[in-house]
Amino acid sequence: MRRITQVALCAAALAARTAPQDLAVRGRIVHTQAGAPIEDGVVLVRGGKIAAVGPASTVAVPAGMETLSAAVVTPGLIDAHTSLGLAGALNYNHDRDELERSSAVQPELRAIDAYNPREELLEWVRGFGVTTIHTGHAPGAVISGQTMIAKTRGDTVDEAVLVPLAMVAATLGGGAVHEESKGQPGTRAKAAALLREELVKTQAWLEKRARAEAESKPVERDLRREVLGEVLAGKVPLLVTAQRAQDIATALRLAREFGFRLVLDGTAEGYQLLDELKAAAVPVIVHPTMFRAVGEAENLSLETPGVLRRAGLLVALQGGYESYVPRTRVVLFEAAEAAAYGLSFADALALITIDAARLLGIEARVGSLEAGKDGDLALYDGDPFEYTTHCVGVVIEGVVVSREKR
Amino acid sequence: MLLPLSGALLLVLPTSDPEAPAAPIAFVGARIEPVAGAPIENGVLVIQDGLIAHLGALASTPVPAGAEVRDLSGRVIVPGFVDTHTHIGSVEGGDGSAPIQPEVRALDSIDVLDPSFQRARAGGITTVNIMPGSGHLLSGQTVYLKLRRGSTIEALALRNPDGSVAGGIKMANGTNSRRDPPFPGTRAKSAALVRERYVAAQEYRRKRADPDPEKRAERDLGLEALVEALDGKRVVHHHTHRHDDVLTVLRLREEFGLRVVLHHVSDAWKVAAEIAAAGVPSSLIVIDSPGGKLEARGMRWENGRALVEAGAAVAFHTDDWITDSRLFLRSAALAVRAGMPRAKALEALTLAPARMLDLGERAGSLAVGKDADFVVLDGDPFSVYTHVLETWVEGRRVFDRADPGDRLIAVGGYGAGSPRAPACCDEEEDR
Repeated sequence: MRRITQVALCAAALAARTAPQDLAVRGRIVHTQAGAPIEDGVVLVRGGKIAAVGPASTVAVPAGMETLSAAVVTPGLIDAHTSLGLAGALNYNHDRDELERSSAVQPELRAIDAYNPREELLEWVRGFGVTTIHTGHAPGAVISGQTMIAKTRGDTVDEAVLVPLAMVAATLGGGAVHEESKGQPGTRAKAAALLREELVKTQAWLEKRARAEAESKPVERDLRREVLGEVLAGKVPLLVTAQRAQDIATALRLAREFGFRLVLDGTAEGYQLLDELKAAAVPVIVHPTMFRAVGEAENLSLETPGVLRRAGLLVALQGGYESYVPRTRVVLFEAAEAAAYGLSFADALALITIDAARLLGIEARVGSLEAGKDGDLALYDGDPFEYTTHCVGVVIEGVVVSREKR
Repeated sequence: MLLPLSGALLLVLPTSDPEAPAAPIAFVGARIEPVAGAPIENGVLVIQDGLIAHLGALASTPVPAGAEVRDLSGRVIVPGFVDTHTHIGSVEGGDGSAPIQPEVRALDSIDVLDPSFQRARAGGITTVNIMPGSGHLLSGQTVYLKLRRGSTIEALALRNPDGSVAGGIKMANGTNSRRDPPFPGTRAKSAALVRERYVAAQEYRRKRADPDPEKRAERDLGLEALVEALDGKRVVHHHTHRHDDVLTVLRLREEFGLRVVLHHVSDAWKVAAEIAAAGVPSSLIVIDSPGGKLEARGMRWENGRALVEAGAAVAFHTDDWITDSRLFLRSAALAVRAGMPRAKALEALTLAPARMLDLGERAGSLAVGKDADFVVLDGDPFSVYTHVLETWVEGRRVFDRADPGDRLIAVGGYGAGSPRAPACCDEEEDR
């Protein structure tokens, strides 16, 4: 009996912690990212979803409903590419699951089998307004594994996950080259050859499977071919990290050869290939604005997000991946630098809200403040991009996950 | 007769700098934040012969006759920034042969033409302490430079009164220097190895002073550098993160009478009172997220505020390439976000670090007679939207955002890069 009571109490506590709450969020400026900013705006959240958005004069807050107020309200921020949850704060073996080095090609590695929703750095980025992350296996292998999309909450991966298989992560150029390691490419041409070889093998496997299915014969499972088959079928994008111009060109060449959906990542020298990128209409997740300008990325520009966006490309920003420090960057600050280097406030905010959502294919759920979307919001006591402004509240699906001034 | 004379003139000419203006330059109309005094609205800064000649409000400060006048209305002038801990110029330090290598000099390894130097100037940095690499208890001698335009380390080096190149000693504790033998495997062993060498240096100092040439110790480059630390001629710049490692540094300082600057100090907020009581200055790093290793898990942006409130001296550093020199102001701005007073945060980029390098008399603030090291900004120093427009060192402009080459370095783009990461910087072995 006592045990049952305890279980019931725990369940009640859990429900209280995670159950969406009806609440109102009022901002002196509400950046909905769906139309012009609203002065003195109100966002009503019911059952975890946005019920209404508009000026306070038109959206009435029901009596007794909790109201959070702030100078500036934005949609919950989206980090379009990170390894957080696989990569942890401590950077020791037990929290370093973002890159498996035993083989150059491992698309069968699922992000959901490694994601730690209690990683302390998730709380860190969430405290600055990040509510959705596209995370998973890091750049650094020809194919390092799969990625997933999650909300920055939940005690289990199942509670956190939005899209369990988002993309397959590949790397071209120096980032994939590990001369000293067995089974890893020693040159960039070899890395490209390894990738082509895998895709050709997958084409052959798909044909074999189609024949078998036509003859109603059983098909032997092959985890690697199955996921790459999804890539070749255009169901799952291939996320290719490439920094130098020649590696970006290689990614475009392979996309033409195999017809997969390409999402480019990094693209430090993307400004050199604007015509080619436009012709391919390829979405780009630009390296963190404050990424280190050394090695493959030596020629990066702080203006790249603006240059690519003005070229008409769909562009998002990322916290990225670091093998040392900072273990995670905060995408809010990366967008802030983009705003300081050539983008308007609204355009810079789009890189980490609505355009990130579009690029990730989750714009029906997140990325803007519109009725019917998830009740994910970030509250600030001033211009969110200013160094000295604070995030003062974060809401995910109607749950206030942070009230700390940070 | 004329030919030899013009030949002699040609030989002389390259040493006199065509860019060094003989006439004074007056910068008028800017808001001037001298750090050493109250901000001046609509101010005048007059420089001549590499020094600050006049400083004050436009209404009360005469512009000298013959001065070149430059209108900086709407701009902000602050002192040049002093970076107490950077790894620009592909600096190297000790190798893997031993954990303590005081004979190794950073100055023998630095490429002053590396783009990282111009990136530092683009960030408003005018004075640096370049530190040799990481992963040692003592990785070598550091070097203090002014970021003058020049092709040799000597052209940039700051000098001690005796003419020698100025610099400190780089040390580290915690997990940074833990490796396989001959490196230490534990914290206690780390401290023991360091104490043993300083005791040896004390003994060496005594034997070197022996009046009997037969008994006098032979010259030892490593012990010589440690004696300079014992004598206070070299400041010990000590990498340390965890609170107990910080206290170990203070203990070492007490035992050997060292002059110490604490560097990184991730756990400063836990031992701010102890640091302040010891009167030891701290040079902080600001990273975008805590961690990277266990001992940096407690890093807080509140460190600056905690030390100021405790009454301790605070500076920031870039640890470039750990953080980007071009964004040095950002480190202080994030500390302001976490509650550090703005004036203290600006001081922590200028006068406080200058003092930590024994340069407070000539650099770090704007005052008549001090070096004309300053930065022209287009707005509030702590706004993300503010950019460094110009950087001046000793009366010469060394960075100009309006210049296409300088802008390329400031913003990035094709041709701006350094192909290799520096062999330094607390990297992988630092886990």
